[in-house]
Formats: sequence, structure tokens, C-alpha cells
Amino acid sequence: MDFLRDPFGFVIQEYTGWLGGLGLPAVWVDIIAKLTGALVLATGAMLFVVFLIWYERKLIGRIQDRFGPNRVGPWGIFQPVADMLKIFTKEYITPIGADKFAYNLAPILAVAAVLLLWSVLPLSVTVVGTDLNVGLLFLVAVGGLGEMSYILAGWGSNNKYALLGAFRLVAQLISYEVPLVLSALVPVMLAGTLSVNGIVQAQESVWFIVAAPAAALIFFIASIAEIGRSPFDLIEAESELVAGYNIEYSGLKFGMFFVAEFLHAFTVSMIFATVFLGGWQGPGAAEIPVLGFVYLMLKTFVVYFVTILFRGTLPRFRIDQMMNLNWKVLTPLSLALIMAMAIVGGLTRELPVFWQVIAFLLVNLLLLGATDQLMRLSQSRKTKSNLPMQPLRKVLTTSTKHGAGE
Amino acid sequence: MLGNWLYIGIFALVALMMPALTIFIAGILSPKRPDPIKNSTYECGVETVGPNWTQIKIQYYVFALVFLIFDVEAVLLFPWAVAYQLLPLYAIIEGVLFLLILVVGFLYAWRKGALEWF
Amino acid sequence: MNGLQVVFLLAALVSLFSAAMVVSARRMMHAALWLVLTLMGVAVIFVTLQSSFFAVVQVLVYVGAIAILIIFSVMLTRRVMEDHGDQILPGWRAAGLVAGLLFAIIVGFLALWQGFTTMLVELPADADNLLDLGQALVSPQGYALPFELASVLLVAALIGAITIAVDRKEDQHG
Repeated sequence: MDFLRDPFGFVIQEYTGWLGGLGLPAVWVDIIAKLTGALVLATGAMLFVVFLIWYERKLIGRIQDRFGPNRVGPWGIFQPVADMLKIFTKEYITPIGADKFAYNLAPILAVAAVLLLWSVLPLSVTVVGTDLNVGLLFLVAVGGLGEMSYILAGWGSNNKYALLGAFRLVAQLISYEVPLVLSALVPVMLAGTLSVNGIVQAQESVWFIVAAPAAALIFFIASIAEIGRSPFDLIEAESELVAGYNIEYSGLKFGMFFVAEFLHAFTVSMIFATVFLGGWQGPGAAEIPVLGFVYLMLKTFVVYFVTILFRGTLPRFRIDQMMNLNWKVLTPLSLALIMAMAIVGGLTRELPVFWQVIAFLLVNLLLLGATDQLMRLSQSRKTKSNLPMQPLRKVLTTSTKHGAGE
Repeated sequence: MLGNWLYIGIFALVALMMPALTIFIAGILSPKRPDPIKNSTYECGVETVGPNWTQIKIQYYVFALVFLIFDVEAVLLFPWAVAYQLLPLYAIIEGVLFLLILVVGFLYAWRKGALEWF
Repeated sequence: MNGLQVVFLLAALVSLFSAAMVVSARRMMHAALWLVLTLMGVAVIFVTLQSSFFAVVQVLVYVGAIAILIIFSVMLTRRVMEDHGDQILPGWRAAGLVAGLLFAIIVGFLALWQGFTTMLVELPADADNLLDLGQALVSPQGYALPFELASVLLVAALIGAITIAVDRKEDQHG
């Protein structure tokens, strides 16, 4: 019964008990246990990508009114396996003059940065890589480390288009890190701790998306921009800049960038589900830990589904539209949100939790409504000032006034 | 706390070794036939024109600068946010004042056109 | 020689070696990348001091923002891809003497400090200094005034940077 209630925790306990019984000094037992945990988690994450690729291709296919892969195995589930086997045997074509160190380090660093995110996410009550007391800031910092890999890729390829693509990508990533970090302040304020496990446990009574929907929205949009997916994927779009920073990559090095992107999308969905949707919280999750894991997976897949829906339906942003959205909408909104929530929280400190949540919710909806109105105002002001019809009108009136023979 | 960081250190090493090992294995399995035309730099299928670098616009630098300022600001706010539940009202107002001063700076940047992408 | 000392020694050696490579690399882009390694080494040293907040902030601000800023500014100059030859300055002997003297003075001052020879105490498992830091930052007996002055400093930096950068942009486009 104990095994059924908490398979992961049970296995971990048995394993550490067996290791301790081997008679090694305590520090080596610790290191070996941690090493095994890290290996299992990292390998599990990388093998899971195979399923993610199939899921996404099927879903995009269905959105576009076609079947998606369905030849290789029932419902095409072996398609990504076939793709992986193919990409394993392709030649590495290194361009002339490429900086060997930067060129080869970039795909490794890209995958490593994404894998490192899994080390602080709590998968259930008892299973967490490590409960770091600055977990949320660690997640953002490692995302920043991943940006270095794109610079390495762009510069190491010795190709000016790769360099341009890499710089535009990094400009996009650092711009969207501002609303990401600012909106991450809101769950920290509500939970009173930076550790991810603490944030999950603080959502026992109410999920943070109910108390702060505006912060959740900003965090979600900024996260999608951080992973470079549609509608923010102009840097890897095939029609512009020819695949950006990974022009000169082939074979498994390109495959690694591909894997990093898919895994990053799933990891970011999991981070959102953990921070705003309550992670492994749910009815009965505290007593039966494996149920918590199931809840987390369900929530993550819902968020991942929304991410894929964005990719399949929304048109791509132009880079100046993207920067305008970030600097002129998301950043002021997140600044105003923190100030408003801080003041409201301070004023409603003595009220019961229910009224506090209602107050926060009202403030958030108010700010979202105000932003919406401001955006509509500026849009109407823009279309009023530059009418495209005016020069055309002039041409039409002059041509009818003077006739065709002049 | 050090135990946590030991785990992260081990995990970082594992996370670096895994893709490196996979790329190495694929390097053994794949054919190697270097060819000067295959290895030449890609430029939409034609020969490269001009040197292999381009000068980037100054707008990238301005964005990175504004990002740096806001990054440091957010980082300074994190301890305040962690202690938020235990702070009296005047301490919360101090944090809001911090943000207000930075909003003034942000508005200056907006008006000066530092947030435009040309 | 316990594990912590080994980690510290490794991190210190990596940081010093990378710092030496920063000033002696032939291509500026390589120097920028060695700088990233130096900053990561400093982050590891913060971890050995058990201040995880500052380790993460080091990676977030230094590697994620300042290193990228430096790389962008390196790319802004035209001659970044060229090899500039030997990096030996004409007055390197005098510079080395001054650097050695400065190092000796700093080490001398440190040796007079009593904390130099005491071993590091590991904090109890539930000690969360982040909460105390947050409360100290805004308490009037703590660092409330420096906290607000920091924001004024940041705004001053922002205004200064924009004045310089946007002027140059008008020169380019005007």
C-alpha cells in the first residue's frame, strides 16, 4: 500500500537505505544518491521529449485539419523515434573558420540550461530534486544562462546571418526577461518565500492564478517569448534570416537545439503550472503523493496544450511589434501591478483570506481593463493620424480634374 | 543548504555530460566526408559577399542597458517581496516608493525614444 | 582538507585563470567569454559562503545582463574579429610591480583581521537569511535610506546611459 501511494518516494527511501547499508562513509552515500537522482531525472526528461514531439506534431496537424504522423506505428507514435534515429546518422558539416569551441559548446549548453531547470521543480509532496531556498530566482537565472548558448552559436558559426539572427534573438530574450522577473515578484509576495516548494504549499487554499490573473497573464506571455516560440519565433522562422542562429548546424547538433526548444516549452509550462496553478496541489494530494504527481502532469499538459494552440493559430509578430508589446504594454503593466498589489495587500492585511483574494482579484481585473482601454485608445489614435487613403484621394481627384491627356 | 547546492552542482555536470556524450556518439556513427563546397559559409546558396561580420545597430546596446537597470531593480525588490507578509505598512510604502522612482526613470526612457526599435 | 575547501580552491583557480585569460586573449570576443567563466567562478564562491541569494543574483545580473551588455558593446566596435597581435604593453614591468605591491598590502590587512583564521560555520538547516535581509532592507534602523538611494542611483544611471546612447543615434541617423 505504501508503494502504491508513493512509488517514487518509496523507491528513493529503499535505495538510500540500501546504499547506507553498504558501509561506505556518509558523504559518499550522499553523493552517489544525488548522482543517481540527477541521472534519473535528466534521462527521464530527455526521453520524455520523444513523446512531446509526437504530441505536438499530432496536435498541430489536427489544428490544421490534417492527421499528423500516422504511418510509423499505431497513431504514428514511433515517428519521433524514427526521426531521432535518422538525425543520429547525419554528418556534422562544420563551416570553414568556425570557432571550434564556441560552435560545439552551444548545443550542449542549450540543452544543459534547460535540463538544469528540472532540478528545483517539485514533482509531488515527497519528490523534489532539491528544495533550494531561492528556487524561483534560480529558474530565471538559468534561463539567462541559456541565452549565452545562442550568442555562442551565432558567433561561432562564422556567418553574418547567424550572428544577426542570434543578436536579434538575444535582444528579444533579454527584453522579455523584464516583465518575467517583475511578474514573478507577485507570487513571491503572496507566498512569502522564494523556494518553489514553498510557493506550491502556499497555494493550498487558493491558486495564485485566482488571486493574481494579471501577473499570471504577463508571466505566461513573457515565458512564451522567452522560449522563442510562436508567435514570437521570428528568429527561427524559415522565411526570414533562414533559421537564424542554427543555419550552420547539422546532424545531432541541430537536433540538440530542437530538443532544447521542445523541452523548454514543456518545462516552462510546468513552471507556470507550479507557480500559478498550484503545482501538485489538489484533493488528496498531501496524503497520496502519487496523486499530486498526476495533478501536476495534468495541469502541465493543459498549459502545454495552450502553448501549442498559440503556435498553431496566431500569426507571427514583427520584431518592432514584439518590442512595443514588451516595453510599452507588459513592463508598465507589471510595474503598476506590483505597486497596486503591494498597497492593496498592506491595506487588507487584517481581513480574512477570502476578502483579501477578492481584493487582489478586483485590482488585477481593474488593471487589465485599464490596459485594454489604453491600448484601444492608442490604436485609434494611430489610425486616425496616418490615413492611407489621403494621397490616393489626391491622385484620383487630380486625374479627374485634369483629364487623361495632360 | 550546501547539500542543495551539491545536488545542483552534480546535476549541472550530468546535464552537461549527457548532450556532450550523445553528440559524441552520433559523431562516431555519422559519415565524415568534408568537402570545400559543403563547408563553405551559407549565404542563400551564393558565394559570400563582403566580410564575415556586420556591424550591429546601437539599438541592441540601448535595450541591453535598459534591461540591466530593470534587472537590478527587480533583484533589489526580491528580498522586500519575500518579507512582504511580515512588513508594516510604512515598509510597504518604502518599496512602492522605490518602484515609483524607477517608473519616473522608465517614463524618461520612453519619452526619449530609447524604447523604440528602428 | 574537506570537500568545501576543495570546491573553493577549484573555483578560485578557475576564476583567476579566466581573469588572466580575459586580459591576455587575442580576440575581444574570446575575452568576453572568459569573463563569463570568471563570473561563474565568483558565483560558486558565493555558494561556498552559503549565501545562495547572492550566487543566483550573480548569475542573473552579471552573466545574464552585464556579460551580454559587454558582448553587445564588443560587437558594436568594428575591429572585433581581427587579431590584434601581441598584448604586451610597453610598461608592463612597472604595472606588474604596482599590482604586486597592491596585492601584498591587501593580504597584509586581511591577515591582521581576526576572521581570517576562523573556520566557516555552517548555518542550521532552517536558517533563511533572505527573510532577515528583506526586513533589514526596509527597516529605518536598517538600510532603508540606502535602499531608496539605490533606486535614485539606478535612475541616474539610466538617464546617463540614454543621454549618451541616444545622442549618438541622432548623430548616426541625423
